[in-house]
Amino acid sequence: MLASLSGLTVSAFLMVTSSAVLADGHAELTSAKDWAKVTKAAKGQTVYWHAWGGGDRINDYIAWIGKQVQGQYGVTLKHVKVSDTANVVSQVIAEKAAGKDKGGSVDLVWINGENFASMKQKGLLMPKSWAPDLPNYQYADIKGKPTLTTDFTVPTDGLESPWGMAQLSFYYDSAVTKDLPKSAAELLDWAKKNPGRFAYPKPPDFIGSTFLKQIALELAPNAADLSKPVSEESYKPVADKLFAYLDELNPLLWRKGKAFPKNVTSLKTMLADSEIEIAFTFNPGSASSAIANNELPDSVRSFVFDKGTIGNSHFVAIPYNANAKAGAFVVANFLMSPQAQARKQDPNVWGDPTILNLASLNAKDKALFEALDLGVATLKPEDFGQALPEPHASWMERIEKDWTKRYGVQ
Amino acid sequence: MLHFAPILAIALMLGPILFGLAGSLAPAFGYLPALGGQDVTLEHFSRLVQIPGLTQSIWLSLSSGLITTLLSLILVVMLISAWSGTRFFAMVQVLISPLLSIPHAATAFGLAFLLAPSGWLVRFVSPHLSGWTRPPDWLFPNDPQGLALIAGLATKELPFLLLVTLAALPQVDALRNARVAQTLGYGPMASWIFAVWPRLYRQIRLPIFAVIAYASSVVDVALILGPTNPPTLAVQLVRWMSDPDLQLRFLASAGAMLQLCVTLCALGLWWLGEKLVAFVFILSVGSGRRFKKDILWRWISAGLVLAVILSLLLGLIGLLVWSFAGFWRFPESLPQAFTLKSWIKQIPMLADPLLNSIGIGVLAALIALVITTLCLEQETRAGHKAGRGALTLLYIPLIIPQVAFLFGLQLLFLLLGWEHSAFGLLLAHLVFVLPYVFLSLGDPWRHFDPRYGQVAASLGGTPWAFFFHIRLPLLLRPIMTAAAVGFAVSIGQYLATILIGGGRWETITTEAVALSSGGNRRIIGIYAIMQMLLPFLGFALAMALPAFLHRHRRDMRPNTH
Repeated sequence: MLASLSGLTVSAFLMVTSSAVLADGHAELTSAKDWAKVTKAAKGQTVYWHAWGGGDRINDYIAWIGKQVQGQYGVTLKHVKVSDTANVVSQVIAEKAAGKDKGGSVDLVWINGENFASMKQKGLLMPKSWAPDLPNYQYADIKGKPTLTTDFTVPTDGLESPWGMAQLSFYYDSAVTKDLPKSAAELLDWAKKNPGRFAYPKPPDFIGSTFLKQIALELAPNAADLSKPVSEESYKPVADKLFAYLDELNPLLWRKGKAFPKNVTSLKTMLADSEIEIAFTFNPGSASSAIANNELPDSVRSFVFDKGTIGNSHFVAIPYNANAKAGAFVVANFLMSPQAQARKQDPNVWGDPTILNLASLNAKDKALFEALDLGVATLKPEDFGQALPEPHASWMERIEKDWTKRYGVQ
Repeated sequence: MLHFAPILAIALMLGPILFGLAGSLAPAFGYLPALGGQDVTLEHFSRLVQIPGLTQSIWLSLSSGLITTLLSLILVVMLISAWSGTRFFAMVQVLISPLLSIPHAATAFGLAFLLAPSGWLVRFVSPHLSGWTRPPDWLFPNDPQGLALIAGLATKELPFLLLVTLAALPQVDALRNARVAQTLGYGPMASWIFAVWPRLYRQIRLPIFAVIAYASSVVDVALILGPTNPPTLAVQLVRWMSDPDLQLRFLASAGAMLQLCVTLCALGLWWLGEKLVAFVFILSVGSGRRFKKDILWRWISAGLVLAVILSLLLGLIGLLVWSFAGFWRFPESLPQAFTLKSWIKQIPMLADPLLNSIGIGVLAALIALVITTLCLEQETRAGHKAGRGALTLLYIPLIIPQVAFLFGLQLLFLLLGWEHSAFGLLLAHLVFVLPYVFLSLGDPWRHFDPRYGQVAASLGGTPWAFFFHIRLPLLLRPIMTAAAVGFAVSIGQYLATILIGGGRWETITTEAVALSSGGNRRIIGIYAIMQMLLPFLGFALAMALPAFLHRHRRDMRPNTH
C-alpha cells in the first residue's frame, strides 16, 4: 500500500515536471518569428506530412522535398499518403476526442477549401497565425493573388501557408475536336452537337463541384451574391438558372448523365480512351505532364472560357497537436522557396503554377522560372484570363444537396 | 495454459470490435462530444431514412450479397460435381489457386478494363469487326442494377469458395460416396449432388456466410464496378465518413448500424433459402430420378468456369500490359510502344511497403495460427464441440462491416497510446485474420477422424505426442492453407491499416488504394501485380510444402483415386 502510494507521488511529480517542460517547449514552438530558434529546434525532427498520394509525380516531388529539407535543415520528412484529406480531418478529430492534445500524429497537412474551413472552425489547427512569419512568405504574391489569403472566402488568418495555385482549365485533343465552347452557353450547344462526349465528376467530388460553381457563377444574375453567405433570397435565382441549365445538359452527357466519373483523373483516362472529348482540371500543367507520361496524345491542347474560370490556392496547415511543429515550419517555408516553387512549376515534375511574385525575386531565382518550358498543352499565364473567386462555402453546401436530390438517384 | 487459448482468442477478436461498435453506436444516437454531440437522439436515423435513394442502396447491397454468393456457389457445386477427378478439374485447380490471391480491388480494376466500352474486349473487335472508332456509350460497368458489381464479385468469390471446398473434400470421403451413388445408377453430377454435397455444404457453410457478409458490405469493388446513382449502402457510408462536413459522421454512424442490419438480413434470407433448397432436395431424392443425362450441364459448367477464369486472367494480363504501356489509345488492342518507365519509377518506392506488408502479414498469420491450433486442441481434449454460441462469436468479425467499428477502434487505441505502434496494428489485423484462420482450419480439424487419437492413446502415446506426430502432419495441408489465408487477409487490409496505422505503416495495399484514386492504370497495374504476388507466394507455399512432404504418402495427398 505504502509502496504504491509513494509510486503515485513519484509519478505525479514526474507528470508535473514533464508538463512544465512541455509547456516551455510549446512557448517557443507556437511562433515562427525567431527563425534561428526554429531551425535549431527542427534539426533531427521527423515531420509526418499527410498529403494526397494519388499522383505519382506529386509523390516524386514530395520525395524530392524530403531530400532537400533533410540536406539543408536535418529534418526528416515522411509523406503519409492519404486518398482523401477528409480522413486526416477525422484522424485529428479522433485524437482530440481521445484527449491527445500533444504529440499528435499529423505534423503537416496539404489542405484547402472545405477541409480547411472545417478544421479552422473546429479548432483543430494551430491557433495562432504563423505563416506570415516564415522567411519565404515575403516572396508570396499576396497582393496579386487574393486567393492566397482567402481560402474559399474563408480568411486564412495565417493558419495555413500557401503552396500552390490552381485555375480551372479545359483540355481536348486538337486532332479530334475542332470547335471549342468558350462559355457555359456554348458548352451546352456543343454538347447538343456531340452528345455523350462531355462529362463532369459526380459532386461533391472536388472538381465536379467546381464545374457547378463555374456554371453557377456564369449564369448568376448577380455573381457578387456568391461571395457572401447564401440566403433564401439570393439562392433561388442562382439555383433556378443553374438547374435549368443542368436539366438540359445532363441528358447530353457521357452515359446520358446516368453515371458520373469519379474524379479529375477519371476525366483524363476517359479522354485518353476517347470516351469524352473535353476534360477539365484544376492543375494547368496536368495535360502537358500527361503527354510527357504517355497518358495523352501530344495533340492535346488547353483552353479556358472567355469570361474567366474559377481559381484557388492550396496550402499546408499544422494541426493544433502536431508533434514536430518546428520541423513543420521548416518544411512549409521550404515549400515557398523559389527553388521548390520553380521545380513545382516544371511540367516534367508537376506543372503547378507558382504562388510567388516573380518581380520580388533576385535575378538568379527569377532565371529558374524563366528557364522552364511549360509544355505544349499548358496555357501561358497571360492566356488564362480572369481567375474567378470561389463562392462562399455555404453556397456549395446547398447546391450539392440539391444536385444530389435532383440527379443523385436515378 | 491451453485453457486460456479460447479466452485469448475471443478477447483478441471481440474486444476491439465491441469497443469499436460502442464508438460507432454512440454517435449514431447523437453522442460524440468532440463534434458537439451531447444528447442522445434518434434524429440521425430519421435523417438517414430521408436520404434520397436509400431504399435502392439497401436493395443493391442485399442483392449483391445474395446473388453473388448464389452464383459462385452454384458454379462451385456444378464444377466439382461434374469434373472432380478429371484432368480438366486438375487444370482448373492449378489455374484458380493463384487467382484467389489477387486482391479484390485489383481484380475489379482488371475486369473494369476488360469489360468497359473502351475496354479490351471492345478494342479486340474494333474498329474492323464492330465499326467503332470511338467507344460505344454503354452504361457498363457501373450499371444501375449492379450487374457488373455482382459479376465482378461472383467471379472473385468463385476461387475462394472452390479452394475452401477443396480443402474440405478429404474430410467427407467424397469420391467413394459418389462412386456408390453412381453404381446405384445416378448420373455423375447427381451422384455428387445427392451423395456428397449435403455433407460438403455443412463444411463450407461458414465461408459461405462470410462471402455473403463481405459481398453485401464491400467498398472497394463497389467503388470500381458498382452503380453510382445511388451507390451501394457501404459506399454511401464511406462517402459520408470522409465528407469534410463533420456533421455527416453522425449520419454515417447511423448508416453503419443500418449496414449491420442489412448484412444480417442477407444472412437471414440465405438461411431461409437453405431450408427451401433442402426441401426441394429431399423431394428430388425421394422421386428416385437418376438424372443420368447431364452431359449438357457438364459442358455448361465447364464453359462458365472457363469464362470466369479467362476473364480474371485477361483482366490481370490487361493490367500487366498497362504497367509496361507507352501511349495506348482506343481502339488499339495493344500499346503503340512498351516501356519500363513506370516500373523503373516505382521500384524504389516498393521496398518499404513490401517489407511492411510481409512483416505484418507473417506475424499476424503465425500468431493467429498458434492461437487457433491451441484453441482447437483444447476443444478436442475437453471433448466437447464448440457450441453454437462460440461459433456465432467467431462470425462477428466477418459479419460486422468494417466501417461500423473501425472509427471507434481507432479511438480505443488512441486512449491506450497504441496508435501507430506495430503492436496496435497487429492487433487490428488479428481481428480479421484470426477468424479467417479459424474458419479455414476449424472444420477440417473437427472432422479429423478421432480413431487416430484412440489408436495413439491405446499405444500409450501422450496427447502432445499425438498432437505433434500425428495430428499436425495429417492436417498439414489445411494448416498451411489456413496460414496462407491469414496472410492474404492481412495483405488485403486497407481500412484497418490506414486508420490504426495512422498511415505510417505503408503496405502494398494502402499504397495501391492511395494510387488508385489517381486512376493511372499503369501504376495501378504495378501495384496490383505486387499485391497479387505476396498472397500468391503464401498459397504456393501452402500447396507445395504438404505436396513435397507427403510425396511418398498417397492417401495424404488430395484427390487420390
